[in-house]
Amino acid sequence: MRSHTKFLAAAVCASAMMLASPSFAAKDTIIIGMALEPTHLDPTAGAAAAIDEVLYANVFEGLTRINRNGEVKPALAESWSVSDDGKTYNFKLRTGVKYHDGTDFNADDVKFAIDRARDKDSTNAQKGLFKAIESVDVVDAATVKITLSTPAGNFLFNMGWGDAVIVAPESAEGNKANPVGTGPYKFAKWNKGSSIELVKNDGYWGNPVAINKAIFRIIPDAAAAVTSLLAGDVDAFPNFPSPEAIPQFQADPRFTVILGSTEGETVLSTNNKKPPFDNVKVRQAIAHAIDRKAIIDGAMFGMGTPIGSHFAPHHPAYVDLVNAYPYDVAKAKSLLAEAGFPDGFKATIKLPPPTYARRGGEIIAASLREIGIDLEIIPVEWAQWIDQVFKKKDYDLSIVSHTEPQDIGIYADPKYYFQYDNAEFQAIIKKLNETVDTKARYALMRDAQKMLSKDAVNGFLFQLAKAGVWSADLEGLWENSPVQANDLTEVHWKK
Amino acid sequence: MNKDIEVESWRHILQNALTNRSFLLGAIISGAIILMALLSLFWTPYDVTKLVIVNRLKMPSAEFWFGTDHFGRDIFSMVMVGARNSIAVALVAVGIGVIIGVPLGTWAAAKRGFVDEALMRFNDLVFAFPALLSAVIITAIFGPGAINAIIAIGIFNIPVFARLSRGAALSIWPREYIMAARVAGKSRTRITIEHIIPNIANILIVQITIQFSLGILAEAGLSYVGLGTQPPLPSWGRMLFEAQTMMSFAPHMAIFPGLAIVITVLGLNLLGDGLRDALDPRLRRSR
Repeated sequence: MRSHTKFLAAAVCASAMMLASPSFAAKDTIIIGMALEPTHLDPTAGAAAAIDEVLYANVFEGLTRINRNGEVKPALAESWSVSDDGKTYNFKLRTGVKYHDGTDFNADDVKFAIDRARDKDSTNAQKGLFKAIESVDVVDAATVKITLSTPAGNFLFNMGWGDAVIVAPESAEGNKANPVGTGPYKFAKWNKGSSIELVKNDGYWGNPVAINKAIFRIIPDAAAAVTSLLAGDVDAFPNFPSPEAIPQFQADPRFTVILGSTEGETVLSTNNKKPPFDNVKVRQAIAHAIDRKAIIDGAMFGMGTPIGSHFAPHHPAYVDLVNAYPYDVAKAKSLLAEAGFPDGFKATIKLPPPTYARRGGEIIAASLREIGIDLEIIPVEWAQWIDQVFKKKDYDLSIVSHTEPQDIGIYADPKYYFQYDNAEFQAIIKKLNETVDTKARYALMRDAQKMLSKDAVNGFLFQLAKAGVWSADLEGLWENSPVQANDLTEVHWKK
Repeated sequence: MNKDIEVESWRHILQNALTNRSFLLGAIISGAIILMALLSLFWTPYDVTKLVIVNRLKMPSAEFWFGTDHFGRDIFSMVMVGARNSIAVALVAVGIGVIIGVPLGTWAAAKRGFVDEALMRFNDLVFAFPALLSAVIITAIFGPGAINAIIAIGIFNIPVFARLSRGAALSIWPREYIMAARVAGKSRTRITIEHIIPNIANILIVQITIQFSLGILAEAGLSYVGLGTQPPLPSWGRMLFEAQTMMSFAPHMAIFPGLAIVITVLGLNLLGDGLRDALDPRLRRSR
């Protein structure tokens, strides 16, 4: 009966749209909706989360991998041992692994990939991951020794990032257009602006995947995301862009709605080098003028947890600094006056396409207007944002969710687009990177959070919630996003 | 004597118009919208740039006549201010079309020959691009915003008026009184200003009302795709865009700006139709 109604619905859809409805396809295909299109397909050369969301764990693998619970698991390295001083890692590699182009995977590839990523000319977006590495040595075809200059507490986790996947010297240069990895899926084709297709890799070393073909469909428009799910054009929207439509899907038995957590600290990015934002009083005034509850309710329909620093609330080392700068317009005005701007000033806010940014930006602009800061709203496309804001640092304010896990270290890089340059903070992060003891690490993480809050480096808004909506017949997608990924290795249709 | 005839005919036209139902209805609707837009300069029930999140998504009520949006703004106030923005954009854009298009068209008609040919072929070139598409290109290059939307919409109005005024002027040039003026030694420019333009004014007025309504639609379309009026100023098109993901639980967010666009365009079209009927004696006789 159920399938009968579904057939009817599909038939109506198909005839109405004059398109073959994909729900007719045999259930060995999955169509995944995503709002943003990757800029290219090389996870070792780009900061855009969309790249990892297509390729991580599906096409590319690293020595280790992060699983759905954020734990480090073996991937291309079968096992490893760490020397007592924490400086030498011996990775035992899997044997018999082949790249999608038929070339063999061995220790030389690991040396190549890691040396390439940490090279001074490397375009890797997360070079910090490799900072501690002193040398990578091939012991034999199946063993790699990595020597660190200082112990690095997070090293195995770092090697599981999408930016640290192992690429082959034969194919690395072409990965942007034709990614060649070792994963359970092979890249098939990329219809720019529309979709990316992956097909099952029959020669995969691990457990074979249940889905033969995965199509990532790019649907930038939030309203289209809703209708594409309702019409069955996509099977899953793991990062659903339209929070206001969640209740509708929750009430619909055809769909599973999972509200999970992400590593996305959503911040009002502030150009700390550009006057008047180089003045800590101005930044603190902005912090007092931000009404987080209004932003979470107005932009995200209540989805999101307020944060007071750049740290995920579900992490054990989290310090609640939400009330460090309570919403207080009078206080904000007096701080602004102390900073020498009793009448406020004009500035711009560049907003990338995601809903949280566009809507959040309108709310922040209205809040800052209350204290005399007149913000011109400039909507930008993602590529423009990466170019103008992230690379050229040509901005005053922006709103972005930083979805990389445990990424507080970005504030230690004065060249990062916040341009926050504080030697004291940099010392904390340096010490953190060198510390292995968990308790000591947590204490340093707490210090780091407090310092960012004290300096009001950015406006800290909220932790992005992950709203995943997918067909009720689908199982195995991630509930949370410990790393940016749509890992399909365990995804299957219910029989 | 010439002047008297003109005055007489305008009085006549006005009389015809006032007995024309679509003109009357169109004038009332357009007048009401314009009044609302003017009123919004001095007074709106609520401040549209102030977001009161706790009031969000209220259904229409005595407190909020058209309800509130997802930021708790009063939709009635937004529709009022949106009317002002739409009208301002359309007015200036049509103005650009008239001020540049009419001289070009009448000049082409007066000169004929190479000037005419060159201008009209260039016109065809601009005309060949779908209007909204060229507006999207222009705003995409120069950045979104009300000013660029005005320029974009204005540019595609130029060939409309150039073509129309050229055609109309060509039909006036062979008339006897133009001949008389030429014999009397008036220059082509003077003839164009003194005789041609007054005689094609009625056609232009009808076209202005039509282009005005198209301008309002174009502004709404550009704002809908995010290239028109930017926040915090409300715009009907962007209100529709923001409403689309909330249609299932807050339909009022889409209904009221949608109705505002429909009613305004309807009013202007009725006005244009009525004017055309009143101005075109042949059409009148056939009724």
